[in-house]
Amino acid sequence: MSLDRSDVERIAHLARLQIDESDIPAYTENLSNILNLIDQMQQTDTSGVAPLANPLDAVQRLRADEVTEGNQREALQKAAPAVEDGLFLVPRVIE
Amino acid sequence: MFDKTLAELAAGLRNGDFTSTELTTAWLERIKAEDSKYNSYITVTEEEALAQAKAADEAIAAGTAGPFTGLPIAHKDLFCTQGVRTSCASKMLDNFISPYDGTMVAKFKQAGAVMLGKTNMDEFAMGGSNESSYYGPARNPWDTDRVPGGSSGGSGAAVAARLAPAATGSDTGGSIRQPAALCGITGLKPTYGRVSRYGMVAFASSLDQIGPMAHTAEDCAMMLNVMAGFDPMDSTSVDREVPDYTATLNEPLAGLKIGLPAEYFTDTLDAKVAEQVRNAVAEFEKMGATVKEVSLPRTELSIPAYYIIAPAEASSNLSRFDGVRYGYRCEDPKDLEDMYKRSRGEGFGEEVKRRIMVGTYALCAGYYDAYYNKAQQIRRLIQQDFAKVLEEVDVIMAPTTPHPAFKIGEKSNDPVSMYMEDIYTLSLNLAGLPGMSVPCGQVDGLPVGLQIIGNHFAEAKLLNVAHQYQQATDWHKQAPAGI
Repeated sequence: MSLDRSDVERIAHLARLQIDESDIPAYTENLSNILNLIDQMQQTDTSGVAPLANPLDAVQRLRADEVTEGNQREALQKAAPAVEDGLFLVPRVIE
Repeated sequence: MFDKTLAELAAGLRNGDFTSTELTTAWLERIKAEDSKYNSYITVTEEEALAQAKAADEAIAAGTAGPFTGLPIAHKDLFCTQGVRTSCASKMLDNFISPYDGTMVAKFKQAGAVMLGKTNMDEFAMGGSNESSYYGPARNPWDTDRVPGGSSGGSGAAVAARLAPAATGSDTGGSIRQPAALCGITGLKPTYGRVSRYGMVAFASSLDQIGPMAHTAEDCAMMLNVMAGFDPMDSTSVDREVPDYTATLNEPLAGLKIGLPAEYFTDTLDAKVAEQVRNAVAEFEKMGATVKEVSLPRTELSIPAYYIIAPAEASSNLSRFDGVRYGYRCEDPKDLEDMYKRSRGEGFGEEVKRRIMVGTYALCAGYYDAYYNKAQQIRRLIQQDFAKVLEEVDVIMAPTTPHPAFKIGEKSNDPVSMYMEDIYTLSLNLAGLPGMSVPCGQVDGLPVGLQIIGNHFAEAKLLNVAHQYQQATDWHKQAPAGI
């Protein structure tokens, strides 16, 4: 599997990653090499094999729908880049 | 003092040979004097350490001390530590002060341990050389031009350089075992679900596991006694009794059945490394173990399967870093999308971005069956191969890595050649199995690791096997020149 420049730009956009123009050729080459490595698995016949998502075949544990966490807004918002009146600030999205 | 094991330090504390404050002060001074050579710490927590040591000394005086009270350790910098920076070796989290302790960190605090600091690592635990750290590479104490391995490279280097008696690590594809092997120390990746990951910054959630790194199997057992156990805060934590891992270390190994997987002893493996591993296996035969060749036919497929599953899960886990709630935010974003893209583009390093992109690609609509689903099917086949072998033998022995530590910069521009170095460790994470790396020899002055693999929840057996080996040999006692 070989990617071209537009593939890398599309993937970077989907992943919301800004990539410098000058770095795109290196990403294109490295990602193509990685996908070639990965394509080795296409030669293995896996028809009828159940996918293994959890190595212990465990399923999600359920719990009672109860409030267990107290309000820690102030402590948690200390790590935020920008807050005001207890709200997270982001660039304006509605004009 | 710096050559003592945790077990020896614990005995010294109990006997009053020294106090925890004396121990902690000595180690902090050693870190200050020596770590510029190794870059093994990102943050040294002197104040916290001295406060914890003082509390430990009071507990020892009051007779309320436990087996771990007063022992200094270091934590890999992807475990959340309340009030202390938890950077994941990333610009993204360079300014992140965790508001809480992860479960494993909290358990060590409750046990009375002293935290010396937070160790260097590959950024977001993605790498096998520690070169992707935002804070620069940690260096191998056996040869500072070489990598200490990764991703828990700072933990490996710190223990090998005697800058911590022991440290914690995480292992998603070999990140405890590989640096343990390359730094000449002992490391254990427990069974998936054995140690709670609450408060560990997530990389690949179906693979991640936390474990101990120390000089000896006995020390790893003491640490696992503190770390293991059920935690409702980690949905993959397993509710299963935790044995006393130190209680079975001395069981004799006569009759132990060892399997050597043919697929691990091929041209990929450095012949000198193979010789050291075979010598180690011969040591077990002297103890009455029997050895047979076994087959793990899909070993090579673990690389492509892993390099789909881990990046796919990482791309999803790392979507949380958006510059809104914590972490790095770019300067003067012109709109929301610009803020997301530049915060992530500037905050993440190259290898992290590569893996996010591989994962994003693999999870694209239309590609799911060809990539993620296919990898999960191969994962099932790999697990079945192990299950079959582990019906015939008690443990599997193998090299941890194909080569000793490589030079810094040697592979950093070629991700695929870096990934190939993970061939012997990835499959255990895919299968959820526990594995250890134990020092078993040297090649040209660099340490070599013996990997010991067991069935799910066979940690006590692995520790027993490793401990018996360390009673008969002294590779684990070797220190780098000048240390």
